Amino acid sequence: MIRVSHVNKSFGDKHVLKDVSVDIPEGETIAIIGRSGSGKSVLMKHLIGLMQPDSGSVTVDGIDINAITYAELRRVRRHFGVLFQGGALFDSMNAFENVAFPLRTFTEMTEADISRVVKECLAMVELEDVGAKLPSELSGGMQKRVALARAVALQPRYIIYDEPTSGLDPETSNTIDELIRNLADRLNVTSIVVTHDMHSVLNIADRAAFIYEGRMHWTGTIEALHHSDDQILKAFVTANEYKIGPS
Amino acid sequence: MVPLTPDIIINPISALGRYSQLLFHAFGAVTEVASYRKNLWRQMVKVGLDSLPIVMLAATFSGAVSTVQTSYQLVSPLIPRSIVGAIITSSMILELGAVVTGFILAGRVGARIAAELGTMRVTEQIDALETMGLNSVGYLIVPRVVAGVVMFPVLYIAACFCGIGGGMLIGELGGFVPLEEFIYGAREYFQPFDPIFGIIKSLVFGFLITSISCFKGYYTQGGAEGVGRATTQAAVASCVFLLLADLILAVLLL
Ligand SMILES: Nc1ncnc2c1ncn2[C@@H]1O[C@H](COP(=O)(O)OP(=O)(O)OP(=O)(O)O)[C@@H](O)[C@H]1O
Ligand SMILES: [Mg+2]
Repeated sequence: MIRVSHVNKSFGDKHVLKDVSVDIPEGETIAIIGRSGSGKSVLMKHLIGLMQPDSGSVTVDGIDINAITYAELRRVRRHFGVLFQGGALFDSMNAFENVAFPLRTFTEMTEADISRVVKECLAMVELEDVGAKLPSELSGGMQKRVALARAVALQPRYIIYDEPTSGLDPETSNTIDELIRNLADRLNVTSIVVTHDMHSVLNIADRAAFIYEGRMHWTGTIEALHHSDDQILKAFVTANEYKIGPS
Repeated sequence: MVPLTPDIIINPISALGRYSQLLFHAFGAVTEVASYRKNLWRQMVKVGLDSLPIVMLAATFSGAVSTVQTSYQLVSPLIPRSIVGAIITSSMILELGAVVTGFILAGRVGARIAAELGTMRVTEQIDALETMGLNSVGYLIVPRVVAGVVMFPVLYIAACFCGIGGGMLIGELGGFVPLEEFIYGAREYFQPFDPIFGIIKSLVFGFLITSISCFKGYYTQGGAEGVGRATTQAAVASCVFLLLADLILAVLLL
Protein backbone atom coordinates (compact mmCIF):
# COMPACT_ATOMS: atom_id res chain seq x y z
CA MET A 1 0.00 0.00 0.00
CA ILE A 2 1.13 3.50 -0.79
CA ARG A 3 0.40 6.35 1.58
CA VAL A 4 0.98 9.97 0.64
CA SER A 5 0.56 12.26 3.59
CA HIS A 6 0.56 16.03 3.69
CA VAL A 7 2.99 16.44 0.81
CA ASN A 8 4.00 19.93 -0.21
CA LYS A 9 6.17 20.64 -3.21
CA SER A 10 7.31 23.90 -4.75
CA PHE A 11 9.54 24.75 -7.69
CA GLY A 12 11.04 28.13 -6.95
CA ASP A 13 8.11 30.23 -5.81
CA LYS A 14 5.60 28.02 -7.60
CA HIS A 15 3.68 25.94 -5.07
CA VAL A 16 2.64 22.88 -7.07
CA LEU A 17 1.46 20.33 -4.48
CA LYS A 18 -0.38 21.71 -1.48
CA ASP A 19 -0.85 19.43 1.48
CA VAL A 20 -1.70 16.42 -0.68
CA SER A 21 -2.72 13.22 1.07
CA VAL A 22 -3.97 10.04 -0.51
CA ASP A 23 -3.99 6.33 0.34
CA ILE A 24 -3.61 3.74 -2.37
CA PRO A 25 -4.59 0.33 -0.99
CA GLU A 26 -3.19 -2.96 -2.29
CA GLY A 27 -4.89 -4.34 -5.36
CA GLU A 28 -6.88 -1.25 -6.15
CA THR A 29 -6.96 0.78 -9.34
CA ILE A 30 -6.99 4.45 -8.56
CA ALA A 31 -7.36 7.19 -11.13
CA ILE A 32 -5.63 10.46 -10.41
CA ILE A 33 -7.54 13.05 -12.37
CA GLY A 34 -7.21 16.77 -12.82
CA ARG A 35 -6.64 19.45 -15.36
CA SER A 36 -3.42 19.94 -17.26
CA GLY A 37 -0.80 21.52 -15.03
CA SER A 38 -2.61 20.66 -11.80
CA GLY A 39 0.34 18.59 -10.55
CA LYS A 40 -0.58 15.03 -11.46
CA SER A 41 2.79 14.10 -12.94
CA VAL A 42 4.58 15.77 -10.06
CA LEU A 43 2.54 13.72 -7.58
CA MET A 44 3.24 10.55 -9.54
CA LYS A 45 6.99 11.24 -9.39
CA HIS A 46 6.79 11.48 -5.62
CA LEU A 47 5.43 7.94 -5.44
CA ILE A 48 8.72 6.45 -6.64
CA GLY A 49 11.12 8.95 -5.14
CA LEU A 50 11.94 10.71 -8.41
CA MET A 51 11.01 13.91 -6.61
CA GLN A 52 11.30 14.59 -2.89
CA PRO A 53 8.59 16.45 -1.01
CA ASP A 54 9.47 19.73 0.69
CA SER A 55 7.39 18.50 3.61
CA GLY A 56 5.18 15.50 4.24
CA SER A 57 5.98 11.88 3.47
CA VAL A 58 5.43 9.05 1.03
CA THR A 59 5.44 5.50 2.35
CA VAL A 60 5.40 2.33 0.27
CA ASP A 61 4.54 -0.84 2.18
CA GLY A 62 5.27 1.05 5.38
CA ILE A 63 8.70 2.28 4.25
CA ASP A 64 9.23 6.03 4.10
CA ILE A 65 10.95 6.23 0.73
CA ASN A 66 12.60 9.53 1.47
CA ALA A 67 14.23 8.28 4.65
CA ILE A 68 16.12 5.34 3.16
CA THR A 69 19.42 4.88 1.35
CA TYR A 70 19.71 4.88 -2.41
CA ALA A 71 20.28 1.12 -2.47
CA GLU A 72 17.13 0.56 -0.46
CA LEU A 73 15.15 2.90 -2.68
CA ARG A 74 16.30 0.82 -5.61
CA ARG A 75 14.85 -2.28 -3.98
CA VAL A 76 11.54 -0.49 -3.53
CA ARG A 77 11.54 0.61 -7.16
CA ARG A 78 11.98 -3.01 -8.21
CA HIS A 79 8.27 -3.42 -7.44
CA PHE A 80 7.18 -0.57 -9.67
CA GLY A 81 6.46 -0.35 -13.35
CA VAL A 82 6.03 3.12 -14.74
CA LEU A 83 4.58 4.26 -18.03
CA PHE A 84 5.79 7.83 -18.46
CA GLN A 85 3.68 10.46 -20.12
CA GLY A 86 5.69 10.57 -23.34
CA GLY A 87 6.74 6.93 -23.21
CA ALA A 88 10.33 7.79 -22.27
CA LEU A 89 11.76 5.00 -24.41
CA PHE A 90 15.55 5.12 -24.59
CA ASP A 91 16.13 6.42 -28.07
CA SER A 92 19.52 4.81 -28.49
CA MET A 93 17.98 1.34 -28.04
CA ASN A 94 15.52 -0.55 -30.19
CA ALA A 95 12.11 -1.65 -28.91
CA PHE A 96 13.37 -5.08 -27.87
CA GLU A 97 16.27 -3.68 -25.86
CA ASN A 98 13.97 -1.15 -24.24
CA VAL A 99 11.65 -3.84 -22.96
CA ALA A 100 14.60 -6.01 -21.96
CA PHE A 101 16.22 -3.15 -20.03
CA PRO A 102 14.50 -3.59 -16.63
CA LEU A 103 14.95 -7.35 -16.89
CA ARG A 104 18.70 -6.83 -17.33
CA THR A 105 19.12 -4.30 -14.53
CA PHE A 106 16.96 -6.02 -11.94
CA THR A 107 17.26 -9.75 -12.63
CA GLU A 108 19.84 -12.39 -13.45
CA MET A 109 17.70 -13.90 -16.20
CA THR A 110 19.39 -15.70 -19.09
CA GLU A 111 19.27 -14.15 -22.55
CA ALA A 112 16.88 -16.87 -23.70
CA ASP A 113 14.46 -16.11 -20.87
CA ILE A 114 14.74 -12.38 -21.46
CA SER A 115 14.01 -12.87 -25.13
CA ARG A 116 10.94 -14.96 -24.30
CA VAL A 117 9.55 -12.44 -21.80
CA VAL A 118 10.17 -9.49 -24.12
CA LYS A 119 8.35 -11.24 -26.93
CA GLU A 120 5.42 -12.01 -24.65
CA CYS A 121 5.23 -8.40 -23.51
CA LEU A 122 5.40 -7.04 -27.04
CA ALA A 123 2.73 -9.51 -28.13
CA MET A 124 0.54 -8.31 -25.30
CA VAL A 125 0.52 -4.81 -26.76
CA GLU A 126 0.11 -6.29 -30.24
CA LEU A 127 3.51 -5.19 -31.45
CA GLU A 128 5.37 -8.47 -31.82
CA ASP A 129 7.02 -7.36 -35.07
CA VAL A 130 8.64 -4.10 -34.02
CA GLY A 131 11.39 -5.44 -31.76
CA ALA A 132 14.19 -4.34 -34.09
CA LYS A 133 12.84 -0.84 -34.63
CA LEU A 134 14.20 2.25 -32.93
CA PRO A 135 11.71 4.47 -31.08
CA SER A 136 12.16 7.15 -33.75
CA GLU A 137 10.85 4.68 -36.32
CA LEU A 138 7.63 4.09 -34.38
CA SER A 139 4.49 6.20 -34.26
CA GLY A 140 3.63 7.98 -31.01
CA GLY A 141 0.97 5.42 -30.16
CA MET A 142 3.30 2.52 -30.86
CA GLN A 143 5.98 4.09 -28.67
CA LYS A 144 3.49 4.32 -25.87
CA ARG A 145 2.57 0.67 -26.24
CA VAL A 146 6.22 -0.41 -26.25
CA ALA A 147 6.68 1.71 -23.13
CA LEU A 148 3.72 -0.09 -21.58
CA ALA A 149 5.30 -3.44 -22.43
CA ARG A 150 8.49 -2.22 -20.74
CA ALA A 151 6.59 -1.07 -17.65
CA VAL A 152 5.01 -4.47 -17.09
CA ALA A 153 7.96 -6.67 -18.11
CA LEU A 154 9.05 -7.31 -14.53
CA GLN A 155 5.51 -8.11 -13.39
CA PRO A 156 5.61 -5.28 -10.88
CA ARG A 157 3.23 -5.09 -7.94
CA TYR A 158 2.57 -1.42 -8.58
CA ILE A 159 2.04 0.02 -12.02
CA ILE A 160 1.87 3.75 -12.59
CA TYR A 161 0.45 4.96 -15.87
CA ASP A 162 0.90 8.64 -16.70
CA GLU A 163 -1.69 9.49 -19.34
CA PRO A 164 -1.74 6.01 -20.90
CA THR A 165 -4.36 6.85 -23.50
CA SER A 166 -3.68 10.47 -24.37
CA GLY A 167 -2.80 10.90 -28.02
CA LEU A 168 -4.15 7.49 -28.98
CA ASP A 169 -7.09 6.76 -31.26
CA PRO A 170 -10.26 5.59 -29.47
CA GLU A 171 -9.85 1.98 -30.49
CA THR A 172 -6.27 1.73 -29.26
CA SER A 173 -7.33 3.58 -26.13
CA ASN A 174 -9.90 0.93 -25.42
CA THR A 175 -7.32 -1.81 -25.98
CA ILE A 176 -4.97 -0.10 -23.53
CA ASP A 177 -7.79 0.32 -21.00
CA GLU A 178 -8.60 -3.36 -21.30
CA LEU A 179 -4.96 -4.22 -20.84
CA ILE A 180 -4.76 -2.12 -17.69
CA ARG A 181 -7.94 -3.73 -16.40
CA ASN A 182 -6.60 -7.23 -17.13
CA LEU A 183 -3.27 -6.56 -15.47
CA ALA A 184 -5.07 -5.19 -12.43
CA ASP A 185 -7.32 -8.25 -12.17
CA ARG A 186 -4.45 -10.66 -12.56
CA LEU A 187 -1.87 -10.96 -9.77
CA ASN A 188 -3.42 -8.34 -7.53
CA VAL A 189 -1.55 -5.47 -9.16
CA THR A 190 -2.09 -2.02 -7.68
CA SER A 191 -2.59 0.47 -10.50
CA ILE A 192 -2.29 4.21 -10.41
CA VAL A 193 -3.65 5.80 -13.56
CA VAL A 194 -2.92 9.47 -14.07
CA THR A 195 -5.30 10.79 -16.66
CA HIS A 196 -7.73 13.46 -17.73
CA ASP A 197 -9.65 11.03 -19.90
CA MET A 198 -12.89 10.41 -17.96
CA HIS A 199 -13.81 7.69 -20.38
CA SER A 200 -10.91 5.53 -19.21
CA VAL A 201 -11.53 6.44 -15.60
CA LEU A 202 -15.02 5.01 -15.79
CA ASN A 203 -13.72 1.98 -17.67
CA ILE A 204 -10.94 0.92 -15.37
CA ALA A 205 -10.79 2.63 -12.01
CA ASP A 206 -12.18 1.57 -8.65
CA ARG A 207 -11.55 4.94 -7.16
CA ALA A 208 -10.70 8.45 -8.28
CA ALA A 209 -8.64 11.20 -6.70
CA PHE A 210 -9.25 14.64 -8.12
CA ILE A 211 -6.44 17.20 -7.91
CA TYR A 212 -7.48 20.78 -8.30
CA GLU A 213 -4.91 23.57 -8.28
CA GLY A 214 -2.42 21.42 -6.40
CA ARG A 215 -4.84 20.28 -3.70
CA MET A 216 -6.45 16.90 -3.30
CA HIS A 217 -9.91 18.25 -3.86
CA TRP A 218 -11.97 15.09 -3.86
CA THR A 219 -11.44 11.34 -3.44
CA GLY A 220 -13.98 8.57 -3.61
CA THR A 221 -15.28 5.58 -5.51
CA ILE A 222 -16.40 5.80 -9.11
CA GLU A 223 -19.91 5.20 -7.84
CA ALA A 224 -19.64 8.24 -5.59
CA LEU A 225 -18.13 10.25 -8.45
CA HIS A 226 -21.37 9.85 -10.40
CA HIS A 227 -23.44 11.15 -7.53
CA SER A 228 -21.15 13.85 -6.24
CA ASP A 229 -22.59 17.33 -6.24
CA ASP A 230 -19.20 19.01 -5.86
CA GLN A 231 -19.35 21.81 -8.41
CA ILE A 232 -15.67 21.85 -9.39
CA LEU A 233 -15.58 18.08 -9.83
CA LYS A 234 -18.80 18.15 -11.80
CA ALA A 235 -17.44 20.84 -14.06
CA PHE A 236 -14.33 18.73 -14.75
CA VAL A 237 -16.34 15.59 -15.46
CA THR A 238 -18.89 17.26 -17.72
CA ALA A 239 -16.23 19.16 -19.64
CA ASN A 240 -14.71 15.79 -20.39
CA GLU A 241 -17.95 14.14 -21.39
CA TYR A 242 -18.65 16.98 -23.73
CA LYS A 243 -15.24 16.53 -25.32
CA ILE A 244 -15.70 12.78 -25.77
CA GLY A 245 -19.25 13.18 -26.99
CA PRO A 246 -22.18 11.02 -25.92
CA SER A 247 -21.30 7.34 -25.90
CA MET B 1 11.03 43.83 -1.53
CA VAL B 2 14.74 44.02 -2.28
CA PRO B 3 16.44 40.72 -1.48
CA LEU B 4 19.45 40.89 0.81
CA THR B 5 21.73 39.11 -1.61
CA PRO B 6 21.09 39.75 -5.28
CA ASP B 7 20.51 36.88 -7.70
CA ILE B 8 23.71 37.68 -9.51
CA ILE B 9 25.62 36.46 -6.46
CA ILE B 10 23.21 33.76 -5.30
CA ASN B 11 22.80 32.03 -8.67
CA PRO B 12 26.44 31.22 -9.37
CA ILE B 13 26.92 30.01 -5.82
CA SER B 14 23.91 27.74 -5.94
CA ALA B 15 24.99 26.46 -9.37
CA LEU B 16 28.45 25.71 -8.00
CA GLY B 17 26.80 23.90 -5.10
CA ARG B 18 24.71 21.73 -7.37
CA TYR B 19 27.67 21.12 -9.66
CA SER B 20 29.82 19.86 -6.80
CA GLN B 21 26.96 17.77 -5.51
CA LEU B 22 26.55 16.14 -8.91
CA LEU B 23 30.29 15.42 -9.09
CA PHE B 24 30.18 14.00 -5.60
CA HIS B 25 27.41 11.60 -6.65
CA ALA B 26 29.34 10.75 -9.78
CA PHE B 27 32.46 9.86 -7.83
CA GLY B 28 30.31 7.78 -5.53
CA ALA B 29 29.17 5.81 -8.56
CA VAL B 30 32.62 5.28 -10.06
CA THR B 31 32.79 1.80 -8.58
CA GLU B 32 29.65 0.66 -10.40
CA VAL B 33 31.80 -0.06 -13.43
CA ALA B 34 29.55 -2.88 -14.61
CA SER B 35 26.69 -0.51 -15.23
CA TYR B 36 28.62 1.76 -17.58
CA ARG B 37 31.46 -0.26 -19.09
CA LYS B 38 29.75 -0.56 -22.45
CA ASN B 39 28.80 3.10 -22.36
CA LEU B 40 32.35 4.13 -21.54
CA TRP B 41 33.70 2.56 -24.70
CA ARG B 42 31.04 4.24 -26.83
CA GLN B 43 31.77 7.61 -25.23
CA MET B 44 35.52 7.25 -25.74
CA VAL B 45 34.88 6.70 -29.43
CA LYS B 46 32.50 9.66 -29.59
CA VAL B 47 34.71 12.05 -27.63
CA GLY B 48 38.03 10.90 -29.02
CA LEU B 49 37.96 9.23 -32.38
CA ASP B 50 35.14 11.28 -33.85
CA SER B 51 36.85 14.56 -32.92
CA LEU B 52 40.29 13.51 -34.13
CA PRO B 53 40.03 14.73 -37.77
CA ILE B 54 38.81 18.23 -36.92
CA VAL B 55 41.32 18.60 -34.08
CA MET B 56 44.14 17.55 -36.39
CA LEU B 57 42.96 19.94 -39.08
CA ALA B 58 42.65 22.91 -36.72
CA ALA B 59 46.01 22.20 -35.06
CA THR B 60 47.82 21.86 -38.39
CA PHE B 61 46.48 25.20 -39.53
CA SER B 62 47.21 27.02 -36.30
CA GLY B 63 50.79 25.67 -36.35
CA ALA B 64 51.22 26.76 -39.94
CA VAL B 65 49.73 30.20 -39.40
CA SER B 66 51.83 30.79 -36.27
CA THR B 67 54.96 29.89 -38.22
CA VAL B 68 54.20 32.37 -40.98
CA GLN B 69 53.35 35.13 -38.51
CA THR B 70 56.32 34.50 -36.25
CA SER B 71 58.69 34.55 -39.21
CA TYR B 72 57.10 37.78 -40.34
CA GLN B 73 57.54 39.36 -36.92
CA LEU B 74 61.16 38.25 -36.50
CA VAL B 75 62.66 39.87 -39.56
CA SER B 76 65.91 40.99 -37.91
CA PRO B 77 69.05 39.41 -39.39
CA LEU B 78 70.41 39.20 -35.84
CA ILE B 79 67.86 36.55 -34.87
CA PRO B 80 68.54 33.06 -36.17
CA ARG B 81 65.64 31.48 -38.09
CA SER B 82 65.78 28.46 -35.83
CA ILE B 83 64.13 30.57 -33.13
CA VAL B 84 60.91 30.25 -35.09
CA GLY B 85 61.04 26.46 -34.65
CA ALA B 86 61.61 26.89 -30.93
CA ILE B 87 58.73 29.32 -30.54
CA ILE B 88 56.22 27.26 -32.53
CA THR B 89 57.12 24.03 -30.80
CA SER B 90 56.89 25.38 -27.30
CA SER B 91 53.77 27.45 -27.86
CA MET B 92 52.07 24.47 -29.45
CA ILE B 93 52.99 22.21 -26.54
CA LEU B 94 52.39 24.78 -23.82
CA GLU B 95 49.30 26.53 -25.06
CA LEU B 96 47.92 26.10 -28.55
CA GLY B 97 47.65 22.30 -28.66
CA ALA B 98 45.48 22.15 -25.55
CA VAL B 99 43.48 25.30 -26.18
CA VAL B 100 42.67 24.56 -29.81
CA THR B 101 41.60 21.04 -28.82
CA GLY B 102 39.65 22.49 -25.91
CA PHE B 103 37.66 24.93 -27.98
CA ILE B 104 36.82 22.31 -30.54
CA LEU B 105 35.72 19.86 -27.89
CA ALA B 106 33.69 22.49 -26.05
CA GLY B 107 31.73 23.17 -29.21
CA ARG B 108 31.57 19.65 -30.48
CA VAL B 109 31.52 17.33 -27.50
CA GLY B 110 30.22 19.72 -24.86
CA ALA B 111 27.23 20.77 -26.92
CA ARG B 112 26.49 17.19 -27.88
CA ILE B 113 26.62 15.97 -24.29
CA ALA B 114 24.31 18.74 -23.08
CA ALA B 115 21.85 18.14 -25.92
CA GLU B 116 21.84 14.39 -25.31
CA LEU B 117 21.35 14.56 -21.56
CA GLY B 118 18.97 17.50 -21.87
CA THR B 119 16.76 15.57 -24.26
CA MET B 120 16.86 12.57 -21.98
CA ARG B 121 15.84 14.80 -19.09
CA VAL B 122 12.90 16.53 -20.76
CA THR B 123 11.59 13.31 -22.31
CA GLU B 124 11.75 11.65 -18.87
CA GLN B 125 14.31 9.08 -19.99
CA ILE B 126 16.45 9.94 -16.96
CA ASP B 127 13.45 9.33 -14.71
CA ALA B 128 12.89 6.04 -16.53
CA LEU B 129 16.50 4.97 -15.93
CA GLU B 130 16.16 5.71 -12.24
CA THR B 131 12.87 3.87 -12.01
CA MET B 132 14.47 0.84 -13.59
CA GLY B 133 17.07 0.68 -10.88
CA LEU B 134 19.99 2.43 -12.56
CA ASN B 135 21.91 5.20 -10.92
CA SER B 136 21.49 7.76 -13.69
CA VAL B 137 24.48 9.78 -12.55
CA GLY B 138 26.72 6.75 -12.69
CA TYR B 139 25.27 5.49 -15.93
CA LEU B 140 25.24 8.77 -17.86
CA ILE B 141 27.81 11.09 -16.34
CA VAL B 142 30.69 8.90 -15.22
CA PRO B 143 31.40 7.38 -18.67
CA ARG B 144 31.28 10.78 -20.35
CA VAL B 145 33.62 12.47 -17.88
CA VAL B 146 36.02 9.53 -17.79
CA ALA B 147 36.03 9.47 -21.60
CA GLY B 148 36.83 13.19 -21.62
CA VAL B 149 39.69 12.85 -19.15
CA VAL B 150 41.17 9.85 -20.98
CA MET B 151 40.72 11.05 -24.54
CA PHE B 152 41.64 14.73 -24.22
CA PRO B 153 45.35 14.06 -23.68
CA VAL B 154 45.32 11.75 -26.69
CA LEU B 155 43.80 14.49 -28.83
CA TYR B 156 46.21 17.00 -27.34
CA ILE B 157 49.21 14.90 -28.33
CA ALA B 158 47.83 14.51 -31.84
CA ALA B 159 47.23 18.27 -31.98
CA CYS B 160 50.84 18.99 -30.97
CA PHE B 161 52.28 16.70 -33.61
CA CYS B 162 50.00 18.14 -36.27
CA GLY B 163 50.63 21.74 -35.27
CA ILE B 164 54.40 21.36 -35.22
CA GLY B 165 54.22 19.34 -38.44
CA GLY B 166 52.14 22.06 -40.07
CA GLY B 167 54.67 24.64 -38.98
CA MET B 168 57.59 22.66 -40.39
CA LEU B 169 55.78 22.08 -43.63
CA ILE B 170 54.83 25.67 -44.29
CA GLY B 171 58.23 26.86 -43.06
CA GLU B 172 60.02 24.69 -45.59
CA LEU B 173 57.58 24.97 -48.49
CA GLY B 174 56.91 28.67 -48.05
CA GLY B 175 60.59 29.46 -47.59
CA PHE B 176 60.14 30.95 -44.11
CA VAL B 177 62.32 28.54 -42.11
CA PRO B 178 64.35 25.68 -43.54
CA LEU B 179 63.36 22.34 -42.04
CA GLU B 180 66.77 21.66 -40.43
CA GLU B 181 66.78 25.01 -38.69
CA PHE B 182 63.22 24.51 -37.46
CA ILE B 183 64.13 21.14 -35.99
CA TYR B 184 67.37 22.48 -34.57
CA GLY B 185 65.53 25.28 -32.80
CA ALA B 186 62.83 22.98 -31.53
CA ARG B 187 65.44 20.63 -30.03
CA GLU B 188 67.73 23.30 -28.67
CA TYR B 189 65.08 25.06 -26.61
CA PHE B 190 62.99 22.03 -25.67
CA GLN B 191 61.97 21.92 -21.99
CA PRO B 192 61.04 18.45 -20.70
CA PHE B 193 58.46 20.00 -18.37
CA ASP B 194 56.50 21.55 -21.24
CA PRO B 195 54.75 18.39 -22.40
CA ILE B 196 54.06 17.40 -18.78
CA PHE B 197 52.42 20.77 -18.26
CA GLY B 198 50.43 20.23 -21.46
CA ILE B 199 49.23 16.82 -20.33
CA ILE B 200 48.17 18.17 -16.93
CA LYS B 201 46.29 20.91 -18.73
CA SER B 202 44.63 18.34 -21.01
CA LEU B 203 43.41 16.30 -18.08
CA VAL B 204 41.91 19.41 -16.47
CA PHE B 205 40.33 20.61 -19.72
CA GLY B 206 38.89 17.18 -20.50
CA PHE B 207 37.36 17.03 -17.05
CA LEU B 208 35.98 20.58 -17.15
CA ILE B 209 34.36 20.37 -20.57
CA THR B 210 32.62 17.05 -20.00
CA SER B 211 31.58 17.67 -16.42
CA ILE B 212 30.23 21.16 -17.08
CA SER B 213 28.29 19.92 -20.10
CA CYS B 214 26.92 16.96 -18.18
CA PHE B 215 25.84 19.34 -15.44
CA LYS B 216 24.07 21.66 -17.87
CA GLY B 217 22.39 18.77 -19.67
CA TYR B 218 21.43 16.77 -16.60
CA TYR B 219 19.59 19.69 -15.03
CA THR B 220 17.83 20.85 -18.19
CA GLN B 221 14.36 22.26 -17.63
CA GLY B 222 11.59 23.26 -19.96
CA GLY B 223 11.19 21.23 -23.11
CA ALA B 224 12.92 21.70 -26.43
CA GLU B 225 13.70 25.32 -25.65
CA GLY B 226 15.42 24.23 -22.46
CA VAL B 227 17.55 21.76 -24.39
CA GLY B 228 18.63 24.51 -26.75
CA ARG B 229 19.51 26.76 -23.84
CA ALA B 230 21.45 24.00 -22.08
CA THR B 231 23.39 23.27 -25.26
CA THR B 232 24.59 26.84 -25.81
CA GLN B 233 25.27 27.35 -22.13
CA ALA B 234 27.35 24.18 -22.04
CA ALA B 235 29.54 25.30 -24.93
CA VAL B 236 29.94 28.83 -23.62
CA ALA B 237 30.55 27.85 -19.99
CA SER B 238 33.07 25.19 -21.07
CA CYS B 239 35.05 27.79 -23.03
CA VAL B 240 34.97 30.34 -20.22
CA PHE B 241 36.09 27.90 -17.55
CA LEU B 242 38.69 26.47 -19.89
CA LEU B 243 40.29 29.90 -20.29
CA LEU B 244 40.10 30.49 -16.58
CA ALA B 245 41.74 27.15 -15.83
CA ASP B 246 44.36 27.90 -18.47
CA LEU B 247 45.38 31.05 -16.67
CA ILE B 248 45.30 29.51 -13.21
CA LEU B 249 47.43 26.55 -14.29
CA ALA B 250 49.94 28.82 -15.98
CA VAL B 251 50.28 30.96 -12.86
CA LEU B 252 50.55 27.95 -10.58
CA LEU B 253 52.83 25.69 -12.59
CA LEU B 254 55.05 27.84 -14.76
N1 LIG C 1 10.92 19.90 -12.68
C1 LIG C 1 10.09 20.96 -12.63
N2 LIG C 1 10.58 22.19 -12.42
C2 LIG C 1 9.76 23.26 -12.34
N3 LIG C 1 8.45 23.21 -12.47
C3 LIG C 1 7.89 22.02 -12.68
C4 LIG C 1 8.67 20.83 -12.77
N4 LIG C 1 7.85 19.79 -12.99
C5 LIG C 1 6.61 20.31 -13.03
N5 LIG C 1 6.62 21.63 -12.84
C6 LIG C 1 5.44 22.52 -12.80
O1 LIG C 1 4.48 21.95 -11.96
C7 LIG C 1 3.17 22.11 -12.47
C8 LIG C 1 2.46 20.79 -12.54
O2 LIG C 1 3.07 19.99 -13.51
P1 LIG C 1 2.61 18.53 -13.85
O3 LIG C 1 3.54 18.01 -14.89
O4 LIG C 1 2.48 17.73 -12.61
O5 LIG C 1 1.17 18.75 -14.48
P2 LIG C 1 0.13 17.64 -14.92
O6 LIG C 1 -0.99 17.69 -13.98
O7 LIG C 1 0.83 16.33 -15.06
O8 LIG C 1 -0.31 18.20 -16.34
P3 LIG C 1 -0.52 17.39 -17.71
O9 LIG C 1 -1.87 16.81 -17.65
O10 LIG C 1 -0.42 18.47 -18.73
O11 LIG C 1 0.55 16.39 -17.81
C9 LIG C 1 3.33 22.77 -13.83
O12 LIG C 1 2.98 24.12 -13.69
C10 LIG C 1 4.79 22.63 -14.16
O13 LIG C 1 5.24 23.76 -14.85
MG1 LIG D 1 1.46 15.16 -16.58
